[in-house]
Amino acid sequence: MPLLQINNMSHDFGGLRAVNNYNLETEPGQIRGLIGPNGAGKTTIFNLITGIYRPTEGDILLNGQSIVGLKPYQIAAEGLGRTFQNLRLWRHMSVLDHVKMAQYSKISYGLIGAFFGTPKRRKEEAEIEEKAYSLLKLVGMANLADQLIVNLPYGDQRRVEMARALATEPRILFLDEPTAGMNPEELIQMMEIIRRVHSEFGLAIFLIEHRLKVVMELCEIIQTLVFGEVIAEGSAEEIQNDPKVIEAYLGKETIL
Amino acid sequence: MVETNSSNSAANKTLANRIRDSFSQVPLLAWFCGILVAVLLERFVGDPLTELLGLPKIPALFGAVTVLKKPLLIPGTLAFLLLIYILPIIIVPRLCGPVLNRLAGWLFKVSPAVSVAIHLGLLYGILHLWADISGYRLLTLKLTLIAVIVTLSLNVINGYMGEFSCSHPGFMALGAYAASIFTLLFFVDDKVFGSALLPEFLGPFLFPVALIFGGLVAAIGAIAIAVPSFRTRGDYLAIISLAFMFIIKSVIENLEFVRGPRGLSSQPNYVDLPTMFIWTVAAVWIINNFVRSTTGKALNAVRDDEMAADAMTVNTRRTKIVAFLFAAFWAGVAGGLFAHVLRYVNPSTFGIQKLAEVLAMVYFGGLNSIYGSIVGAVSLSLLGEALRPLEIFKWIIIPLLLILVMIFRPTGLIAFKEFNVMNLIRPKEKI
Repeated sequence: MPLLQINNMSHDFGGLRAVNNYNLETEPGQIRGLIGPNGAGKTTIFNLITGIYRPTEGDILLNGQSIVGLKPYQIAAEGLGRTFQNLRLWRHMSVLDHVKMAQYSKISYGLIGAFFGTPKRRKEEAEIEEKAYSLLKLVGMANLADQLIVNLPYGDQRRVEMARALATEPRILFLDEPTAGMNPEELIQMMEIIRRVHSEFGLAIFLIEHRLKVVMELCEIIQTLVFGEVIAEGSAEEIQNDPKVIEAYLGKETIL
Repeated sequence: MVETNSSNSAANKTLANRIRDSFSQVPLLAWFCGILVAVLLERFVGDPLTELLGLPKIPALFGAVTVLKKPLLIPGTLAFLLLIYILPIIIVPRLCGPVLNRLAGWLFKVSPAVSVAIHLGLLYGILHLWADISGYRLLTLKLTLIAVIVTLSLNVINGYMGEFSCSHPGFMALGAYAASIFTLLFFVDDKVFGSALLPEFLGPFLFPVALIFGGLVAAIGAIAIAVPSFRTRGDYLAIISLAFMFIIKSVIENLEFVRGPRGLSSQPNYVDLPTMFIWTVAAVWIINNFVRSTTGKALNAVRDDEMAADAMTVNTRRTKIVAFLFAAFWAGVAGGLFAHVLRYVNPSTFGIQKLAEVLAMVYFGGLNSIYGSIVGAVSLSLLGEALRPLEIFKWIIIPLLLILVMIFRPTGLIAFKEFNVMNLIRPKEKI
């Protein structure tokens, strides 16, 4: 059974069909890519899967169970972690607090623990702190754990966001343009982190990217989305030579 | 010229640094001891000293009232303040700093809990001795401590959660009336509720139940705001909560069984200084516990980016409702205490002026900060009392201060700072 299966998903914004008849089957441990020109509906697909929008039609199955209609936090707790295109970090919180916060669903000390500081709370807080440190070490940010997030450079913020997404213990990680706005050095670091995360946790990863270098190097299967519709699906090589993809990105060749 | 200027400022800096260095090894324990010495001095040599300096009596609030009413007494008042307060508070910590630092270190090593208890004991001693001088001081102190609780609870919503709620006077009114009805019904023979249902000696023991009952009633009232307004974000909460405050006020004004606008009186005198102090410490402790837990920090996540909080498994709706009810509970408790401190309560107290006061304390002191709320509540309460002789000008000076704070520190005096008791009582390290 595929880990995540999407059947004929469509979504309308008023009269505009943003996503049309989208299908997906992801196996555990697979890295997939989603490319397409601006406004093609890539982020909308992420928002549909993670429950921010509810699809107009179609079904989303995680391990055979439908997750349509669940709240975003429930879907996240089911094992669909994500990052955002424009970061969405919490500007007044420290790096460590970011990664601790993402383990919210694992907390069981309840309100009594929160109000009175019971031993159970101390134990659980220590556990999630330890986990947070190990994740920060993985992305190379452990030495800056006490810093406020706004004091960090952009590339570091991206890495914290990655650690935060991993802290939700996802089975599939959705990365929305993980290398947007990065310089070449940061880009290589980020690709290294994605590879390490993939091999260490055996995660399935689904990423949106504009940089073809990243997609071509990392992904096993790539989908190309244009105006809400998948026009091509296949390996990096197949996509690169697909005339429809070339047309979507470069326009049609006209012979005068 | 430029050189001399810069060397001058360098000299100033070293002087400031030298002063800071000489006090860097002074732990909180030593400061408390210094203040304790000051209030003891006031108690034992205050009266002879006022006679010597030609003052009518011991200045109640650090001489502000005397100075504003009779400018001729300014030198005497300043001398009094210098001799009784400023000198002991500087000299004692300076002299005993190293010794007390070692003591604080030893206490901290033996048991942080004991150390906290000793600090709280000292703090209580200071407040008790200070308030013992006059009934006016005692009343001001109690009202200040109530303001601390209310400000803290409003900071949970307006600071930590980043919503704008205007309903705190309404919650206070609910708590005040609920607790008053509880005590009047059970422990007092009065005209409104008839004879006491329970023996009177049980009253002080069951008073916490009355306060908690008041808090719970306020929290139930808060559900009426929280459920509709937390479906969305934005200004809805501000509008709904403002409406709620006015509704509560006019409902109470029209309820004859609590005597409408005439208010309830003859509440029993249960709130002495120890009770007030214990409730304030409990409020600070529990609210601080809450906002420092991951459950409580979820409020900050919701405030800074709700969509991200959702995607990181935080149940945002539950988080917001819990925090709102929690804040309303403490406002209700504060209302109950307020009713029993004044021993009279009427609905017009809980109007727009109370709201302005509490909001000013929160934004003056600092958002998202326990220190800020304590500083804001204490400074504005004392300032409000001290500037009382200025009458109408008081309402020019305080808002002016608020505007200045908003210009120079838009989030308040001490915003976004964690309140860590262990760091406070820890002995100071050598630099």
